[in-house]
Amino acid sequence: MTINFGQASRRLMYVLCLLGTIGFVGFASAVFVEERLDDPVKEERVRDIAEGIRCLVCQNQSILDSNAGLARDLRAIVRERILAGDTDDQVQNYLVSRYGDWVLLNPPFKMRTLVLWLSPMLVLLFGGFLVVRFLRRKSAAPTENSVSRPLTDAEKKTFDQLMAEDDGERGRS
Amino acid sequence: MKLSFMAPVITFAGIAGVMFYALFYLDPKEIPSELLDKKSPVFALEAVPGYGENLSSENLKEGKITLLNVFASWCVACLAEHPTLMELSRQGKIDIYGLNYKDTPDAAAKWLRRNGSPYARTGMDLKGRVGIDFGVYGVPETFIMGPDGTILDKIIGPITEKDLKNRILPRIDGGEG
Amino acid sequence: MIGEIGHFGLILALVVAVLQGTLPMIGASKGNVALMRFASSAALVQFLAVSISFIALTIAYVGSDFSIVNVAQNSHSLKPMLYKISGVWGNHEGSLLLWAWILALFGFAVAAFGRNLPDGLKARVLSVQGMIGIGFLLFILFTSNPFERIDPAPFDGRGLNPLLQDPGLAFHPPFLYLGYVGLSITFSFAIAALIEGKVDPAWARWVRPWTLAAWGFLTLGIALGSWWAYYELGWGGWWFWDPVENASFMPWLVSTALLHSAIVVEKRDALKNWTILLAIIAFSLSLLGTFLVRSGVLNSVHAFASDPARGVFILGFLVLVIGGSLILYAVRAPTMKGGGLFAPISREGALILNNLLLSTAAATVLLGTLYPLFLDALSGAKVSVGPPYFNATFLPLIIPLIIALAFGPFLAWKRADLKGVFSRLKLAIVSVCVIVGVSWWVTDDGPILAFVGMGLFAWLVTAVFVELADRIKLFRTSLRQSLKRFLNLPRSAYGMSIAHLGVAMVILGVTASEAWQSERLDVMQPGETVVVGGYDFQFEGAERLEGPNYGILRGSFNVKRNGSLVADLRPEQRVYESPPMETTEAAIWPMLSADLYVVIGEEDGKGGYATRIYHKPFISWIWIGAIVMFIGGGFSLSDRRFRIGAASARKKQTQKTAEAAGA
Repeated sequence: MTINFGQASRRLMYVLCLLGTIGFVGFASAVFVEERLDDPVKEERVRDIAEGIRCLVCQNQSILDSNAGLARDLRAIVRERILAGDTDDQVQNYLVSRYGDWVLLNPPFKMRTLVLWLSPMLVLLFGGFLVVRFLRRKSAAPTENSVSRPLTDAEKKTFDQLMAEDDGERGRS
Repeated sequence: MKLSFMAPVITFAGIAGVMFYALFYLDPKEIPSELLDKKSPVFALEAVPGYGENLSSENLKEGKITLLNVFASWCVACLAEHPTLMELSRQGKIDIYGLNYKDTPDAAAKWLRRNGSPYARTGMDLKGRVGIDFGVYGVPETFIMGPDGTILDKIIGPITEKDLKNRILPRIDGGEG
Repeated sequence: MIGEIGHFGLILALVVAVLQGTLPMIGASKGNVALMRFASSAALVQFLAVSISFIALTIAYVGSDFSIVNVAQNSHSLKPMLYKISGVWGNHEGSLLLWAWILALFGFAVAAFGRNLPDGLKARVLSVQGMIGIGFLLFILFTSNPFERIDPAPFDGRGLNPLLQDPGLAFHPPFLYLGYVGLSITFSFAIAALIEGKVDPAWARWVRPWTLAAWGFLTLGIALGSWWAYYELGWGGWWFWDPVENASFMPWLVSTALLHSAIVVEKRDALKNWTILLAIIAFSLSLLGTFLVRSGVLNSVHAFASDPARGVFILGFLVLVIGGSLILYAVRAPTMKGGGLFAPISREGALILNNLLLSTAAATVLLGTLYPLFLDALSGAKVSVGPPYFNATFLPLIIPLIIALAFGPFLAWKRADLKGVFSRLKLAIVSVCVIVGVSWWVTDDGPILAFVGMGLFAWLVTAVFVELADRIKLFRTSLRQSLKRFLNLPRSAYGMSIAHLGVAMVILGVTASEAWQSERLDVMQPGETVVVGGYDFQFEGAERLEGPNYGILRGSFNVKRNGSLVADLRPEQRVYESPPMETTEAAIWPMLSADLYVVIGEEDGKGGYATRIYHKPFISWIWIGAIVMFIGGGFSLSDRRFRIGAASARKKQTQKTAEAAGA
């Protein structure tokens, strides 16, 4: 049982509801009275930083959106650090040094996230390679294909009919 | 059978393996402390009125292993581990310090009066700032502090029988022997 | 009594599922027509049996029979009727029963509508459905029986969960499940094809409508969920890249790819292995989502971290179904050969690009969702993968996809003329310039991505209309001729245009609302006015009222633009006592041009209230677009060529030839 179990996030509720699995979890309002910085530019920075910090007790929600007690405290700390003249990175480091990389919703690029960040590109390149290979084979070596699967007359007729239904109307094939 | 046609099933085998492991061995709730093997943050707090002396980071490096237990009167799960702490304190093998997290002095005192106090010292972290310096994100949490004030281990949630046997007692006995 | 009937229905269904899963398969391999035909009767009986069970649970809910644990825990005698019914699937056990019921329904639908499927294929498809049914029924009966009794029965139920009592949420799970489970049909067709070792255009034509239906429901289900999040959670977000959302989004991406690759199988008799694989993966991801959500292995569900027995069961089932089918794929797929030449610049070439990007996107989402788990298992380190990661990896894949999406429909099959297409798309380029210019001029500012998004919107919309105009030879022949051509277009052509238009609408909604939303957080005193997005929001005050079983704090705002009243908004905060929780009822004034969104919160003790006011340009278009996509799917589905029951003579002819070709 963690601190904010009593007021655990609406987000969690949402998550449970999404799959029709409901448990009883308390809620807190989504808007709250809170000290804000007078300087709108600084308050905007608070907002941006808070949006990237994961609320520790409310599952996949940033501390910006959460009214959990700890999220409020952390927002207050972010404001305090900014007022003290910290840069955005320094504020982040302040929190990371206490709670670890886990609090960053944007996983930092490191050895341990190498696979995470590079994979999308690798998957795309590998997929692209397969596609190119496939197209090469298909467009360069027609004989191979005709050997692998000769079309019967009946099949040809089927195709022609199938094709005709759509492309006939387009008159462009 | 071509290798490329095996790729999907191999990928899936990897995923399934990790999931089996996760199902049995991983707890998504537990976030390991970032402060392990680091010195305790510096702090000085007043005691819960009537319950032990004030608590500061100096008290954590007095040459013996100590337990720093984060508790609160509003924390239901704290009641679950309370008997364990009381028993530990009765045996007198280890000093237990209580960090009273985001509570009011009255409520904390009342709670300790009703349930008994296992703590040699207490400190009221009224605003929760010390807790944040310790990376506390839930109550209860218990830090095992080395003789020089290094954080040796952190137990998240109520101390279980298993935690006591595997994580706390070996330290105490090791420390004494 | 009703509980026992329901329980009996489940057991009966299990017995039938075992028969359905085995006998027709044997019949198909031995060529025994009687055994093959048994599949249809079995599917009907299974459907009836699960229906009895489902109806029994519904009756128990409606009649508030609290001697059934499930009802006692999740319902309450005072609940409004609609929510008593939706309460049936508003919990773990009941939602699984809904799963099983929809599964049986789809099986029955195949039996009923698939009259001109070849006996062997039909028997195998239904048999695979039966096997999936066995898994789910066993799961329900052994780990999640909704009909368990308690004695003595409590006086009243525990559940009167206010959040559940919401129309958006009541219908979200059924649609989602119709999507998930609909993909099981495609899966069964794929397995049957692997067993038969044969995939032909006719096969693709049988599979497409099921995929379309599943895809449409999935689209609607996801949209409904995000809409609910938008109006109920109170901070205006609608998509969070949460594991549970991802769990529904991945099957959507893959089924979208499948929808397109099946066209290539149908028209060009190529990409067969790939299509089969997609069909397997789409359903596998649906199952994986179920596992992730119900096992508690991912953070998002920790409060529901239930019985580990359930996790073990689902994972075992997953390994059996997915692992088994992928092994079958590895063994059988290499023997299937596609035919025909394949030029890169052609309709099929464009569809391959579509598939490449969509499946990479799905892989990325999967990786992002599972990565924390992998890292934890392999190294014990914890990381979070949140929205910034998904945005950074997803957008670069989706942007080229949208650009290519405009080209695709212009390209002819086999070999197309790219130059010609470019010249047809001149108008689209012009409209991109216009829209980007206008949005620059109007907003004066915004992230680059916002203008990219607006450009994509203009590009796609124009391309869709140009393509349509092109098809009906607008201005190249008489208007009457064009109209005639328009009316004679196949429904699937309409479907495609409509669905693509829906995509464009979603792009507009996402782009504009993300880039140009205005937000204000204030503590407002009664009488105070703030300006957000060009609208004056005057806070008139707040009052405390008593609801049926909750206290209400209701704020009152009047919204004016240039002095004339636009809307009266009354956001509420509701405080329930048992169970103690607060909910936020945002007041939303939806317009086509923007949503006005007001939330009221805490009192500051000095007569002021915390308020949150948003102006979200074009956000409704996200959901309108989703509905339009659904309608597009429906149009395609109603295409005469897919209508399986009452086929025209010509169609029957085609089918017969196809069968002959396959035999």
